[in-house]
Amino acid sequence: MTETAAGRAGHAPRALATMSIGARRIKKQLSSRLTSVVVVVIAVLWTVPTFGLLVTSFRPQADIQTSGWWMIFVHPNFTLDNYNQVLNAQNSGQALTDAFVNSLVITIPGVVLPICLALLAAYAFAWTRFRGRDFLFVVIFALQIVPVQVTLVPLLNLYVGAGLAGSFWPVWISHTIFALPLAVFLLHNFMREIPAELIDAARVDGANHAVVFRSVVLPLMTPAIAAFGIFQFLWVWNDLLISLTFANTPDTNPMTLALANLVGSRGGDWYLLSAGAFVAMIVPLGVFLALQRYFVRGLLAGSVKG
Amino acid sequence: MDILSKFAIMLGAIGGLVLLVAMLLFLAGRMRGRSESRNVGWLFIAPAVLGLLVAVIYPALKTITQSFQTSSTGSFVGVANYITVFTDPDQLVVLANTAAWVILSPLVASVIGLLYATFVDRSRFEALAKTFVFLPMAISFVGASIIWKFVYDYRPNIAGVGQTGLLNQIVVWFGGTPQEWLLYPPLNTIFLIVIMIWIQAGFAMTVLSAAIKGIPADIVEAARMDGASGFRLFMDVTFPSIRPTFIVVVTTIALWTLKVFDIVRTVTGGQFDTNVLANDFYTQVFQIGNTNVGATLAVLLFILVMPIVIYNVRQLRKAEAQ
Repeated sequence: MTETAAGRAGHAPRALATMSIGARRIKKQLSSRLTSVVVVVIAVLWTVPTFGLLVTSFRPQADIQTSGWWMIFVHPNFTLDNYNQVLNAQNSGQALTDAFVNSLVITIPGVVLPICLALLAAYAFAWTRFRGRDFLFVVIFALQIVPVQVTLVPLLNLYVGAGLAGSFWPVWISHTIFALPLAVFLLHNFMREIPAELIDAARVDGANHAVVFRSVVLPLMTPAIAAFGIFQFLWVWNDLLISLTFANTPDTNPMTLALANLVGSRGGDWYLLSAGAFVAMIVPLGVFLALQRYFVRGLLAGSVKG
Repeated sequence: MDILSKFAIMLGAIGGLVLLVAMLLFLAGRMRGRSESRNVGWLFIAPAVLGLLVAVIYPALKTITQSFQTSSTGSFVGVANYITVFTDPDQLVVLANTAAWVILSPLVASVIGLLYATFVDRSRFEALAKTFVFLPMAISFVGASIIWKFVYDYRPNIAGVGQTGLLNQIVVWFGGTPQEWLLYPPLNTIFLIVIMIWIQAGFAMTVLSAAIKGIPADIVEAARMDGASGFRLFMDVTFPSIRPTFIVVVTTIALWTLKVFDIVRTVTGGQFDTNVLANDFYTQVFQIGNTNVGATLAVLLFILVMPIVIYNVRQLRKAEAQ
């Protein structure tokens, strides 16, 4: 009944709209041509710079220094030498393969640790009762305000005092704790959406909180974990500030830091920089393209991260 | 350290965490009686709360204290460091540049994101077209800086020497003289801001596109019936409907912009009058050893960020309440 009413209401405006369609068509074509131009210009500006560097990374060193990358359309000439050089450190200082491993070793715990700790905390804030719960939740959420910079120097002193300097622990701990305010907030929001009846039913059946957490809540949290996880993955993989402060040794420095150092020491050597940049980009780009949907969801849910 | 032992240490750390979580769950499983809920609650938030206390709250308080002390003796000097930050000629350049970054990059990135989202909405190539603009978000600031530094690359203008940077080549094609874009203020700061816009437009586009799709169809249909289309439809219906989202996007990008130091550090290192607050902080603390001026800059960053975050949270609450 309601459906047919809605259907009828929907037809009327369409019928009216067709009457003026001829008059509007010319105007529409004009504006659509202009919008097409704008779209193409933006799309070109957003892809060509990356494409140029990608092409450069496959050109011989001598060509890179004497002509622009667009010359490959005139004289195609490709090589894998640049990648060989950056990966094996024949003359670029540190081999980027080491930095690549460091990036992995930093990023995997940098994503797993905050998710685990935040899941527990989010569960407590969503499904247990204790005095000061709501106040503490607001405090943790508010800590997003604190810029990382405000904590760096005292934190570095703490790590040095604890004998952790030079290991991976300072980066892991820092990434974990800086991620907690957003992670707790996001996961808590998702957890609150689980129907209370579901939790209560399990509780009535005699399940304790550990069981409810593991067998009721956790299985329902996969999309939320994926959304936050990919966000955090890109964040940690692409970070420079924290690794520069806490992981600035050849044994621990990640790709971003190795690249930044390469810019400092070999700033004009585009054959190294271009190949290095793409080695660093390949993992986040792959993850991003594969999980784009989750990333968008995470962005829309947590776009207030400070 | 070889690769295997690095991965071994990593697995050890993750194993340790799994053990910790298992232990907390085990303890939670043993709890009984009236106080169970309370005890489990405290148990589960304990790691997060302890971590935040030690690694965020204590260091932040310490930094705020340091901003009122001297670097050499640690004695209190009142607001002397703040006076330095607001009067030193170099610092004034830093503040002016930071202002330019915070005003330009959020606004331009949001407008471009909005235009693009509006124009590709419901077109045949929407998904692909969006991926193009979105992709820079997956690239690190360092990677994006290298991409654009190459665009700005300069070769002396001598016969027989080809330009390698795209921007200078375009200038040459149009009969101009190639420039060293990154050397001369204030234009060099604009060229750096372009990089930030390039990265953030994808974020703006994604969030605004979702907002545009959320506009109720009957509102758009009613406006069309009244004869609105194209620009009029956008100004009268689309933009007013998504204005709250647009403002949150602008403020969020402003927030990120305040704290980004990677671009300036990678492209110019803060030279040629391009320095900004976040990079100046790093230079003062870790390169000059001026810890207390650095602390002051960090606190300043904190103060600048605070109203934006509070505003954003309020907007978010308002949106949720509706």
